[in-house]
Amino acid sequence: MSTVQELEFRDAAGRVTAAPGGLNAPEPGVPDSDAGEMPGDKMILNVGPSHPATHGVLRLVLELDGETITKATPDIGYLHRGDEKIAENMTYTQFIPYTDRLDYLAPLANNVAYALAVEKLMGIEKLLPPRCQFIRVMCCELARISAHLLGLGAFAMDVGAMTVFLHTFTEREKIYNIIEALTGARFTTTYTRIGGLFRDLPPGWTDMVRKFLEEVVVNLDETEQLLTRNRIFVDRTRDLGVISKEMAIDYGLSGPNLRGSGVEYDLRKAHPYLVYDQLEFDIPAGSVGDCYDRYLVRMEEMRQSVRILRQCLDKLPDGPVSIPDGKTVLPPKKKVLTRMEELIHQFMLVTEGMNAPPGEVYFSAENPKGELGFYIFSKGGGTPYRLKIRAPSFVNLSILSELLKGHMMSDTVSILGSLDFVMGESDR
Amino acid sequence: MPTPLDLAQKLAAKFEGLFEPPVEFREEITLKLKDAARIADVCAAAKKDLGFDYLVDISSVDNYGDDPRFTIVYELYSFTDRVHLRLKTEVSEEKPELPTVTTVWRTANWHEREIYDMMGVRFAQHPDLRRILMWEGYPYFPLRKDFPLAGKPSETPEVAFSRAAPMAGGPFVTVAGGKDSQAREPRIRNPEE
Repeated sequence: MSTVQELEFRDAAGRVTAAPGGLNAPEPGVPDSDAGEMPGDKMILNVGPSHPATHGVLRLVLELDGETITKATPDIGYLHRGDEKIAENMTYTQFIPYTDRLDYLAPLANNVAYALAVEKLMGIEKLLPPRCQFIRVMCCELARISAHLLGLGAFAMDVGAMTVFLHTFTEREKIYNIIEALTGARFTTTYTRIGGLFRDLPPGWTDMVRKFLEEVVVNLDETEQLLTRNRIFVDRTRDLGVISKEMAIDYGLSGPNLRGSGVEYDLRKAHPYLVYDQLEFDIPAGSVGDCYDRYLVRMEEMRQSVRILRQCLDKLPDGPVSIPDGKTVLPPKKKVLTRMEELIHQFMLVTEGMNAPPGEVYFSAENPKGELGFYIFSKGGGTPYRLKIRAPSFVNLSILSELLKGHMMSDTVSILGSLDFVMGESDR
Repeated sequence: MPTPLDLAQKLAAKFEGLFEPPVEFREEITLKLKDAARIADVCAAAKKDLGFDYLVDISSVDNYGDDPRFTIVYELYSFTDRVHLRLKTEVSEEKPELPTVTTVWRTANWHEREIYDMMGVRFAQHPDLRRILMWEGYPYFPLRKDFPLAGKPSETPEVAFSRAAPMAGGPFVTVAGGKDSQAREPRIRNPEE
């Protein structure tokens, strides 16, 4: 066997010999100690966990034949923090900050989904005051606009349109200001509580949101002008990453990825929770299931969210924001410091947590990324025995090994952007 | 429109004697399968005959101290009928194995890999059963109840290592939800438990 290897330019249409060893194949051009073996014509490319196009810490091991991908293996778990194990050691209320950090682009939506899941377990979701329900819907829709803005901005930037990213982030800054006025934090909101909300709306908040809604529609129009009929963008996304209806259902996709493939399924319409059955909105669905369709679905969803927010602002009732039950919700401080019963409730809730009945529930909400579900198995008491988080991004990523085959390396960026996943949610 | 209970009873009728009676809690129906080895047949029938074409989630519960130890929970959904059904089955610690349902729904692939990674339950005929969240070669199954919250030290040369997290006086030292304040207080309770 010669000691000097000559690098040949690989002919993509030419002869292909399967690389021995699969993922551990020797790199082409490196002298191999196995006598007489030709180095494979396929290249293993590691799109490492730290990469600007992978939207977080996703590692892709791609086997390339020239420019075409023959095998793709996503490698996740770089952001695994053990949330499900932690949940077994905390009361239901203590776990709410961890839900912020799941889909960290739309923390309010995760808070709402988790609170609704625990309230379903306790059986109190029908007792939520209407004001609380309307505010929660507004939080979810603001989170949806925020998450889609970032998703589309990052997608467009990866594909090459840099201006769109800055456009969408200007609007996101306005949303951050709104959320900061509401919850005290821009990002990690921890706004909902089991049985209500942390606190009521600050004065002037509804005017802030109305002003924002007028500005965001203008911005969305500008973004559409930049992207939707843009020759280059359409060329880079049309007929790419096509997911058929059957494939989408079989792989368990949800959210805009599922709707982009033509399945008109939205949890807000199919199994309405909170006050979604009182609000009027449409569900956009794609026809082809390619990246362009998913982009269009997300754009239209943002406009529908604006529509929902306007209705909520008009219909927002007065009243309390939490259930007055002292055994679930912390009583007001004035009473805690002066009266015995509320003091006992406060003490029990903080030390032991609320007394959940034994049983199991599964509740899922329509998050911006898809269907975020919580499976809670409770044996009674203040902590869950098992909390499983059904993360939409985890399921959406499973399609990658099937979807990326046959595409070119540069299409990977387009497809990853259109799937719009978040690793915090995927790895928990 | 069939209710979840209708479809659950239809499924139970197809497989005589394999199911316990359906349990309803918070308007959800749970069917428990007595023999875990039949889960693939049951799921195939659910998809083909009853229209449960969407697998939402597969979860696992560690009933530490009970036998059988592991419960695997399948959440099924039907788009045509808009009905949600839960199937449960149990496997023991001595033989933590059950057939895969990847042939029925391809989404089960990653869910089952996560259950293998976190609980150590194996799925027979799974196309690619390896760890998904933890790295290859990690020796423990973290979501089991006998695995401590702080973690255990481990070494996988050239890949990764893990150390037990320092918990001294941290929020997890007090057991949330514990009934007895003596059991909760740090200076009495031994953090290693």
